[in-house]
Amino acid sequence: MEASLPTETLAIETSALRKQFGSKVAVRGLSLQVRRGEIFGFLGPNGAGKSTSVKMLLGLVKPTGGHAQILGRPFHDVEMRRNVGFLPEDFRFYDWLTPFELLAVHGRLAGLTATQLRSRVPAYLDLVGMTPHRDRRLRGFSKGMMQRIGLAQALIHEPELVFLDEPTSGLDPMGRHLVRDIIRNERKRGATVFLNSHLLSEVEITCDAVVFIKQGEVIGRRDLRSSPEGEIHLHVRANNLRDDILPGLASWITSANLRGDRLSLTTTSMEALPSILRYLVSRNVDVFEFTPQRLSLEESFLKIMGEDQGL
Amino acid sequence: MTRLWIIAGVTFREVARRKILWTALLAAAAFLSLFGTGMHFQVHDPRFSQIPPVVRYQALSSILQIGFYAIDMLGVLMTVLTSVDSISGEIASTTIQAVATKPIYRWQLLLGKWFGFAAMVLVYVALTFGGVAAIGYFIGGIHPRGAWQGAGLIYLECLLVLTLTFLFGTIFSTLTNGVIVLGLHGIAFIGGWLEQIGTVTQSARLVSLGILSSVLMPSESIWRRASYLMQSSIARTLDFSPFATRSAPSTAMVLYACVYLLVALLLAIYRFQQRDL
Repeated sequence: MEASLPTETLAIETSALRKQFGSKVAVRGLSLQVRRGEIFGFLGPNGAGKSTSVKMLLGLVKPTGGHAQILGRPFHDVEMRRNVGFLPEDFRFYDWLTPFELLAVHGRLAGLTATQLRSRVPAYLDLVGMTPHRDRRLRGFSKGMMQRIGLAQALIHEPELVFLDEPTSGLDPMGRHLVRDIIRNERKRGATVFLNSHLLSEVEITCDAVVFIKQGEVIGRRDLRSSPEGEIHLHVRANNLRDDILPGLASWITSANLRGDRLSLTTTSMEALPSILRYLVSRNVDVFEFTPQRLSLEESFLKIMGEDQGL
Repeated sequence: MTRLWIIAGVTFREVARRKILWTALLAAAAFLSLFGTGMHFQVHDPRFSQIPPVVRYQALSSILQIGFYAIDMLGVLMTVLTSVDSISGEIASTTIQAVATKPIYRWQLLLGKWFGFAAMVLVYVALTFGGVAAIGYFIGGIHPRGAWQGAGLIYLECLLVLTLTFLFGTIFSTLTNGVIVLGLHGIAFIGGWLEQIGTVTQSARLVSLGILSSVLMPSESIWRRASYLMQSSIARTLDFSPFATRSAPSTAMVLYACVYLLVALLLAIYRFQQRDL
C-alpha cells in the first residue's frame, strides 16, 4: 500500500468504495490515488469491477459505501464535472445529429460559450480526423468513427481529468496511434488521464502508473515512470553456486531461488546486471549462462491476476 | 437552467426527426382529409339543407365532436409512442452516459426532456385541433363552444400520459413502460364508459367504479370534461357515446389531474435521481 499523498496533488482519491447489486458485490472496496497530471492505467480482467468503478466516480452509479473525491471535491458534485471528460466504452449518441452538431451540444452542456464553440468544434473535429465527415449524420458511422467523435466530445471543454474507457477498442492501427498522440498532448496540457483498457501494450506505452484490480479491489500498483523496465527476471547457470553467496546479492535483487546449478533472480533495474555478474565472478562462480528477461506489463498482469478462473 | 433548455432543444429536434412523429402527422392528415370530406358531403347533401337550422347546427356540432375525439386519441397515442423509450431506451443503449456525466443535474436532464416532448405535443395538438376546428368553421360553418378550454384539456391529457411514460420509463424497460401506460389509459377509457352507463342506468356502483378508474388514471376524465365543454346543448342530452358526455367530470377532477401530473413528474425526477445509469 502506497503512502498517502497530499489531497491537493491528487486528481482522484477513493477510499473503500463499494458497490453491491443485490447479493452480488461488483466492487468490494476500491482504494486508490491518482496524481494530477498522471496518465493512469486501470487494469483488471473481465468482471473485475472496472466499469462499475468508473461509473461510480462519474456519478452514473451510486456507491453502496466508501468515499471518493475528484479534483479535490466530492465525486457527486455536479459542478466539478465542468473539469471532467468521459469517453464511454461504447459511445453512442443521437444518430440524427452530425458530428458538428454533436460537439456543439456537448460543448454547450460543458459550459463553453458560443465564441469558444466556434473555434473549438472545428479544431477538435480536425484533431480526431473527422473534418471530412462533419456534416454527415452519425447514422451509419462505424464504431471507430463513433469512438473518434466520442473522444472529441470528451475533450472539447479541455477538462482537467479525462476518463477514457477502452478508447482504442474499435480503432484501426492509425486510430490507435492517433489516440496515443492525443493522450500525450493531454499530458503536455497538464490533464490527468484515467485509462481503462485491455490493450496492455498500449497502456505500457502511454501510462505513467497502473493499478491492477480484481473483484473490485486494488491488488497491485506499478509505477511505469520511475521503473519503466518493470521487473527483470535473471536466469543464471553456473558451477560453484552456494547458499552463502545469496546475502551479498541483496542490494540488487528482490528475490532469489537457487536450485543446483541454476539461480533465478529478480531485479528492478537493468543497471544492476553488471554488478551482479561482477559479484558472482568475484565469489569464484563459473558463469555459463546469464540471461536477463524483462517482465512485460502483460506478464505482470498475468502473474498478479493468477490463472484465468473462467467467466 | 441553461442546460435544461439545451436538453429541451435537443429533445424537440430529436422528436421532430423521428419517423413515428411524421407517421402520426400523416395519420392525422389522412384523418383530417377524411373528416373534411365527410363534413363537406354532409353539408352539401340536398336533404340536409331541408332540416331546420337548429337541428342542422346540432348535427354538425356532433360531427365536430367526433373529430375532436379522434384527434384526442391520436394525440395520446403519438405522445406514448414517441416518448416511450426516451428514458429507458437511452439508459439501455448507454446514450445517456455521455450527457449525464456533463455538469448537469439529473432533474435538469429529465425536465429538459419532458419540456422538449411537451413542446412537440403542443405543436401536434395545435395542428390537429386547429385542423378539426378549421374544417368545422370553413366547411361546416360552425364554431365549437369552449374551443380554447377544450384544446387546453386535450393538451393536459397528453401531458399526463407523457409524464406517466417518463415515470415508468425510469423504472421499467421500454416495452413494459408502453404496455403499462396504454393499459392504464385503457382502464380509464373503460371506466369512463362504465361511469356513463351507470349515470344512464342510475347504478351507483358503476358510477363509483368509473370514478375509481378516473382516480387511478384521470386521462379519460379530462377528455370527457373537454368534450362536455365543447359540445352543444342538445348533444349533452343525447345518449352516451365517446363523443358526448352525460356525466361530466367536475373542475375538481381537472385539478386532481393537475396534481396527479405534478406528483408523477416529481416521482419520475426522484426515481431518475436514485437509479443507476
